[in-house]
Amino acid sequence: MNRLNKLFQDKKDALLSIYFTAGYPNLNSTLDITEAVEKAGADFIEIGFPYSDPLADGPVIQHSSHIALQNGMNLKVLFQQLKDLRKRVSIPVLLMGYVNPVLQYGVANFCDSCSEVGVDGVIVPDLPMYEYENLYKDNFIKNKLSNIFLVTPQTSEERIRKIDHLSNGFIYLLSSSSTTGKNLTVSNEADAYFSRIRDMQLKNPTMIGFGISDVKSFNKAAEYTRGAIVGSAFVKFLDTENAMERIPEFIRSIRP
Amino acid sequence: MNREFIKSSVKWGVSKEGYFGDFGGAYIPEMLYPNVEELRKRYLDIIYEPGFQDEFQMLLRDYVGRPSPLFHAERLSAKYGTTIYLKREDLNHTGAHKINNTIGQILLAERLGKKRIIAETGAGQHGVATATVCALKGLECVVYMGEVDIARQAPNVARMKMMGAKVVPATSGSKTLKDATNEAMRDWINNPVDTHYIIGSVVGPHPYPDMVSRFQSIISEETKLQLMERTGSENPDIVIACVGGGSNAMGMFYHFLDDEDVRLIAVEAAGLGVNSGESAATTALGKEGVLHGSRSILMQTEDGQVIEPYSISAGLDYPGIGPQHAHLFKENRGEYVSATDEEAMIAGRLCAELEGIIPAIESAHALAHLEKMVFTGKESVVICLSGRGDKDLDTYMNYFNL
Repeated sequence: MNRLNKLFQDKKDALLSIYFTAGYPNLNSTLDITEAVEKAGADFIEIGFPYSDPLADGPVIQHSSHIALQNGMNLKVLFQQLKDLRKRVSIPVLLMGYVNPVLQYGVANFCDSCSEVGVDGVIVPDLPMYEYENLYKDNFIKNKLSNIFLVTPQTSEERIRKIDHLSNGFIYLLSSSSTTGKNLTVSNEADAYFSRIRDMQLKNPTMIGFGISDVKSFNKAAEYTRGAIVGSAFVKFLDTENAMERIPEFIRSIRP
Repeated sequence: MNREFIKSSVKWGVSKEGYFGDFGGAYIPEMLYPNVEELRKRYLDIIYEPGFQDEFQMLLRDYVGRPSPLFHAERLSAKYGTTIYLKREDLNHTGAHKINNTIGQILLAERLGKKRIIAETGAGQHGVATATVCALKGLECVVYMGEVDIARQAPNVARMKMMGAKVVPATSGSKTLKDATNEAMRDWINNPVDTHYIIGSVVGPHPYPDMVSRFQSIISEETKLQLMERTGSENPDIVIACVGGGSNAMGMFYHFLDDEDVRLIAVEAAGLGVNSGESAATTALGKEGVLHGSRSILMQTEDGQVIEPYSISAGLDYPGIGPQHAHLFKENRGEYVSATDEEAMIAGRLCAELEGIIPAIESAHALAHLEKMVFTGKESVVICLSGRGDKDLDTYMNYFNL
């Protein structure tokens, strides 16, 4: 059991996770932001590692990835920055990014490095289930890493069952099929989709991501799942004045 | 077309899992999965339906103008001292091989019940071919095109608009083909139900590389028949084609893959020189990795970031190659070489002067390789003249001060 599994087991309230891009706005801001987000009360953190061609992302995260790469961020630098992670941060931390940088770093090396610095899970949206299961799963299990899969309103029940079977942390529900940074649509269709997943009684808990930016959307997500993930809204916030000092204010604007 | 004729090579074709050797697969986020999976499940059944085949063949004949001629280029042959044939894809409606694939995919999209078509384009040839078939079928069409390419391919932008397509500039990254492809994929993620994405090359997640190859395989299918009629043998000694993503090359190679005494030569764009830092010679500069949904060979940093390519030819300005090409390269079934901007421009002008054919700068890369070959005089060589040079007149004019 890793920190993430323990969190889902122990905490009963709605969970809030914050995503941001490593190396943005400054190369060395990664660990400071991680620490500040924990102090402000978030339950876990997703640190994005940047990629040149982030095709599942909207303009906000495309921009932060671009700046992070210009700042010199890459996986080697990130793992170097995270070597003191567990001296400063105790909540679960996940890494999120695209598969090609992971392949170049080496999947086995990547999983080892995650474990060495105290990362609990990984989200690689373009790593297919087939390749994960047949080539890489053992590296994840050996290092007690949760591999997080995504589900959209179009994902079939059969596939959700398979994802549930392969998952060991939580399942990431996309509020709609979209790139990052769109608003959560509160509609009958969305309600039907979230209810359908809830009624499947999966073995893994679920979280809703994509489109969570305020109290209303957070509460909506928490009605159906264990909580929500805020990404684009936080990355956009980091670009505002005195953002570092105002992180608690941002967290309250999502979960008062 | 029948199941016998368009059959996939057992040795070089796609596996059940969507791989060509080590390459291919479907490295896509879940948001794209239902669309790609629907295609994967249905593409073969649909394209082998008799109704589909009849309509596809009719449109290729009456609308595209196929078969495209196989032309014996006598003056080029005399210059290089061997027998050279040009497969005249430049004579197709819309001026390039791209329309073979868009005709196939629009018929597929219709049968999938899609109402809206999106596409990416580099030189604009695929965009034009897509806008064309959308006009033909009365479907909405959105084409993503890099801002840089919009500027250097103005006539094609105008052609797309004239046929009612919306051209959306891709403003991220190098603002060329790679970025247009990213934008098209984002559009597809955001429009998962009513939209079909017509990918223009043999790239992207499975089944695109295999599907596009099959639609382009008409090039080598015809070439075999034409050579047989002309020479009594259906195989040439050498086949040459240019490669960006690699769709005309895959179509030109397709029916020769299993005839292993036929040399297959793929010419990439070296830009200002393979080692100049301004190049698109993927097999020379690239490593294995994942780009646009498949595992292939791509130009990338040690950290796995995609390197911006460069070529004078917008259609070859791409940092990857299709997964089947990566397989042919790795297994040495194909010879992957390159030609610089300068070599291609000179070869393009030479073809115009000797044969009265102005080739697209993309195709001129294939012609440029003739300069580097040594012939005994007995070879027959087929070069895929994938497109015509009208769209490139500005570039030719500036380059040669015409």
